[in-house]
Amino acid sequence: MPANSATLATLTARFGSLPTSEFRGQTRVVVARDQLLGVMRLLRDELRFDLLVDVTCVDYLTYRDAANRFGLAYLLASTDTNERLTIRVLLNEPNLTVPSMVGLWKGADWLEREVFDMFGIFFDGHPDLRRILMPEEFTAFPLRKDYPLQGRGERHNFPVLTRNEA
Amino acid sequence: MAIEVPENVVVTKLDELANWCRKNSLWPMPFATACCGIELMATGASRHDLARFGAEVFRFSPRQCDLMIVAGRVVMKMLPVLQRIWQQMHEPKWCISMGACASTGGVFDTYAVVQGIDRFIPVDMYIPGCPPRPEQLIQSIIDLQDKIQREGTVEGKEFETAARQETKRALVELPTYGRKSLVAH
Repeated sequence: MPANSATLATLTARFGSLPTSEFRGQTRVVVARDQLLGVMRLLRDELRFDLLVDVTCVDYLTYRDAANRFGLAYLLASTDTNERLTIRVLLNEPNLTVPSMVGLWKGADWLEREVFDMFGIFFDGHPDLRRILMPEEFTAFPLRKDYPLQGRGERHNFPVLTRNEA
Repeated sequence: MAIEVPENVVVTKLDELANWCRKNSLWPMPFATACCGIELMATGASRHDLARFGAEVFRFSPRQCDLMIVAGRVVMKMLPVLQRIWQQMHEPKWCISMGACASTGGVFDTYAVVQGIDRFIPVDMYIPGCPPRPEQLIQSIIDLQDKIQREGTVEGKEFETAARQETKRALVELPTYGRKSLVAH
C-alpha cells in the first residue's frame, strides 16, 4: 500500500517540502543526510512505521543523467496501518557517512553491515560496523560499479598447499 | 630347487598389496557445496550403490577419510576451510575435483569464487559436467583406483614426486604474496 497522504502531510509540515514521487503504488521520499535521523524518528514514533524491511544502496556511477553517486534506500513498513514507504538518501564520494538506524530499529544492524561491506557506506553510531559477507581482510567494496567483476587479484593471496605441506 | 607353494597362497609385492587394500576401501570426505553435492548423494544412495566399489562410507570427519570429493563451487571465504580440512586428512589421501565449478570456477568467474581448487590444493581427478552424472563420479573413482594400484607405494613416494611437480607449477602459474600458513597460528 502506498503511504497515506496524512503521513506525507505530517512529514512536509515538520521538514518542509521533500521531493516525493510515486510509482506503481510505491511512495518514495528523498531526504537530506542531516534530516535523516529526524525523519526516521518521526516515522517510527509518531507515524507508526515499526518495521525496517531493508536497507540497501545503488551505485549510479555509469547511470545516464545521474547527479549523485550513491542512493541509499530504506524500505519501511507499518504493520499497524499497512503503509509502505521508501526513504532515499543521496550521497557523494568524499562524505559517505550517514547516521545509523540501529538505535531505532534493531534489525538495521546486519543490513547496514551489508551495505558497508558491499558499497563502503559508513554508518555513524553503528555498534559493530564490520564486514558481514566478505572475508575480514578484504579491502575493496565489490558492488561499487568501478570494481571489476573478476576482482583485483584478492584470490591470489591465499597460500597454495602442495603434497608435502599437507 | 622349487619351493612347494600351496594352491591358496599368492606371492606379491608389498606395495601392490598395500595399494590393493587402499584402493578398495576409499572413505570419501564429501565437501559438497552446491548441486554437485546432490549428485554425490545420489551416487552414494542405493540406485547407484557406491558400495560396489568400496567407497560408500562417507564420513564428515576429515580424520576418518582418505578421499576428498570437492563437489561444487568454492568461494573465497570457504577456501581456508577447504585447505584446513585437506590438511586434517591423514596420508595417504586423494582428491577428486567434481564438476565444472570445482575444477575451473565454472560460470562463476567473479571476485568471490575460486577459479579451480587445483590452484590451492592438490587434485588427482577432475570430473567434467555441470553437474556430472553419478556414472561419471563412479568412473572417476574407478580411474582413481587404477591410479592408486599403478603408482602407489607403501611409504607414499608417489606423493613426494607429485609435490615436486606441484611446487613448480604453482610458482610458474600463480605468484603468491605473503605466503602464510592458515593452520600454524
